[in-house]
Amino acid sequence: MFTNTENARAYANGKNRRVLSGRNLWSGVLFGVGTAAFVDEAVFHQLLHWHHFYDLSTSDVGLVSDGLFHAFSWFATIASLFLFADLRRRNAFWPQRWIGGMLIGAGAFQLYDGTIQHKLLKLHQIRYDVDILPYDLAWNAIAVLLLLLGAVLLWKTRQPAERTGS
Amino acid sequence: MQSEISASEFGIVLLLLMAVIIYIHAAIRSRNKFKRWPAYRSVFWISGVFSIGVSLIGPLANQAHHNFIAHMSTHLLIGMLAPLLLVLASPMTLLLRSLSVASARKVTRFLKSWPVYLLSHPLTAATLNTGGLFLLYRTDLFVLMHEHILLYGLVHFHLLAAGYLFTASIIYMDPVAHKASFPLRAVVLVAALAAHGILSKLIYASPPQTVPKSEAEAGGMLMYYGGDVIDALLITIFCYQWFVFARPRLTAQKNG
Repeated sequence: MFTNTENARAYANGKNRRVLSGRNLWSGVLFGVGTAAFVDEAVFHQLLHWHHFYDLSTSDVGLVSDGLFHAFSWFATIASLFLFADLRRRNAFWPQRWIGGMLIGAGAFQLYDGTIQHKLLKLHQIRYDVDILPYDLAWNAIAVLLLLLGAVLLWKTRQPAERTGS
Repeated sequence: MQSEISASEFGIVLLLLMAVIIYIHAAIRSRNKFKRWPAYRSVFWISGVFSIGVSLIGPLANQAHHNFIAHMSTHLLIGMLAPLLLVLASPMTLLLRSLSVASARKVTRFLKSWPVYLLSHPLTAATLNTGGLFLLYRTDLFVLMHEHILLYGLVHFHLLAAGYLFTASIIYMDPVAHKASFPLRAVVLVAALAAHGILSKLIYASPPQTVPKSEAEAGGMLMYYGGDVIDALLITIFCYQWFVFARPRLTAQKNG
């Protein structure tokens, strides 16, 4: 049961969000990266104390990679929210596409963290003094699952094939 | 606790008081020519000057000479918080308001000159800012600084000046002659924040010669997380300025 203005707003949203489909995607991706990094910091570093601030086996490349990702995710969290506010004020917010982007961002960060940073660069491990294999498998499986879910949503909200003329 | 005040401490107090008095005087006087100077800007200025004061004189500053955690607190204050507060007080706008038209033009011409452009470019400012920090903590400068009072003063002046230059090159509170694009400023901001985080972990792992391990670890973490807090403020203001800049404008739109 829509009133006329609500109808008009919903109709405009359907058009606006296609124009700003990319901004919906990127706002979501940045928010996903930020959320994954925040969970990593809050839960695994601060609450559980599983992760270490610095691990003696950390390489220089690992330090640089960690520094860049930490800084980027900090910026991404805040910037994504301003992009979100921008989409709202333009009546162009597309929840499905935004959440799709978020899952991709979170999954990509998690996978990068779980493979390159933990394993290749040996930044720090998920947990110490335990058999690490199940932790690594669960960590990366979750990452792949997030990526897959995100990909499905992005596929569902993809732009219709380019139309020629109008 | 030492009760006598040294000559250099007296000089610092005098300079800081002058900074406050001149600012407030200009704020009150320029009311006659323009509209009221917002009170919150004066509050920012006074808080900024106060942060400088706390990091140079008084109990915390005295401790900073032999305790690395206190040292790092003073550095967060003078190198990050004070610059942010001073930039938020828009001192250049106030200066231009207070001067005669002829002198204000001279100042603007100076601000538009190429040396100022070069110096205030985000890349230069970030390099001066973080480069100075790497010199301080990755060379013997940290040890030397505590032996020579003049060097100590110079390092702290650099921290404040480079911090101000960097903050002012990222967020624009005062009129800016040469504006850098939002994406460029975002990239520089993230890179500088990353360098700051990397340096804190390097200090944690291998501290300057005279610093005990436990203090270095606490100091490194203070630098890491304290820097994050102040950078979050900087990022928020930066994004807010983008949000205002990118507001939808009422232009003729094609309708169907």
